[in-house]
Amino acid sequence: MAEFTLPPNSVVKGGRTFEAPADATRTRTFKVYRYDPGSGENPSVDTYHVDLDTCGPMVLDALIKIKNDIDPTLSFRRSCREGICGSCAMNIGGSNTLACTAGIDEFDGDIVVYPLPHQPVVRDLVSDLTNFYAQYASVEPWLKADTPAPSGRERLQSPEDREKLDGLYECILCACCSTSCPSYWWNSDRYLGPAALLNAYRWIVDSRDEHTGERLDDLEDPFKLYRCHTIMNCTSACPKGLNPAQAIGEIKKTMVMRQF
Amino acid sequence: MTWTDKRPMSPHLQIYKLPLTAVLSILHRGTGAALGLGGLLIVWVIACAATGEASFASAQWVFSSFFGRLVLFGFTAALYYHFCNGIRHLMWDAGRGLDLESTRKSGHVVIGVAIALTVITWLVAI
Repeated sequence: MAEFTLPPNSVVKGGRTFEAPADATRTRTFKVYRYDPGSGENPSVDTYHVDLDTCGPMVLDALIKIKNDIDPTLSFRRSCREGICGSCAMNIGGSNTLACTAGIDEFDGDIVVYPLPHQPVVRDLVSDLTNFYAQYASVEPWLKADTPAPSGRERLQSPEDREKLDGLYECILCACCSTSCPSYWWNSDRYLGPAALLNAYRWIVDSRDEHTGERLDDLEDPFKLYRCHTIMNCTSACPKGLNPAQAIGEIKKTMVMRQF
Repeated sequence: MTWTDKRPMSPHLQIYKLPLTAVLSILHRGTGAALGLGGLLIVWVIACAATGEASFASAQWVFSSFFGRLVLFGFTAALYYHFCNGIRHLMWDAGRGLDLESTRKSGHVVIGVAIALTVITWLVAI
């Protein structure tokens, strides 16, 4: 069932403000979601005035600057800083994206940073993605073939068949899409969500995979697949420019076409 | 989905900037529910007509009042929007027009056509 409001322990309260150095001429205001599991307090939003002259161009640079110079208690995940690891996925300016590929100058006014929506918060911008990863594992994202592999070489694929995987294999599992989806918010216990379904399709459409039927059977379920209502938040959010909505549409179409 | 976790749930609907496609999706659900309730009104009108002249006259009175007209206007607008967006969904089910640009365009077309059909219907009806 959809619950549109936050539980009592999750309601966000006002927080502290950290001023920029007095000599800073070019500053930008960041409002960042904070939650300290040890405090017993509700989450809050802290305000940081950041001197852009001593800060890199990306939102991740600003977060790193806040952690290094202003408030070392701020927690967030980051690793590659070039949009390939998916660690710094968060909600910036109301949309999910990667902090490392989001330029500070892409946003108007105060830059508001929240963790990925509708997830359990471990601390600050770090959310618990256990369910998300379990759903990815549930689509068995590996090649399944019963015929023995040809000896001395890999299983071959025509260039046309290989092309079908473009736009699918690039997924970095950052969870921007799934946690942007209202259907996933209301039904993440049963609906697999755009990321897991895009990856399911990546194996369904793979010419080398021999378990296409079983894969489709597994998704033939009122919730796992069909909670997608083409809201398109997933595709709007994907920082890699992929189209999970299209992949889900293709699965739905394949479900129908295989009956003829 | 009941929240049983002791940890807080991160904000969602409260903070998410919904794109046009998402707003139209909510509108589709909303108009669908409204049409369900409106269907009951149609049943009521038919029941009145079947009961006799006096009760049909009372139904006529309700729907010629300002409030009745307002409900009818809302019903036609909801019907046309839901109908047009239903065709959009049918197109998606055929696997067409699922890229971002097409969904935005088809969203604008649906709004435009729904408004046009509603206005034309009322111009003809009045």
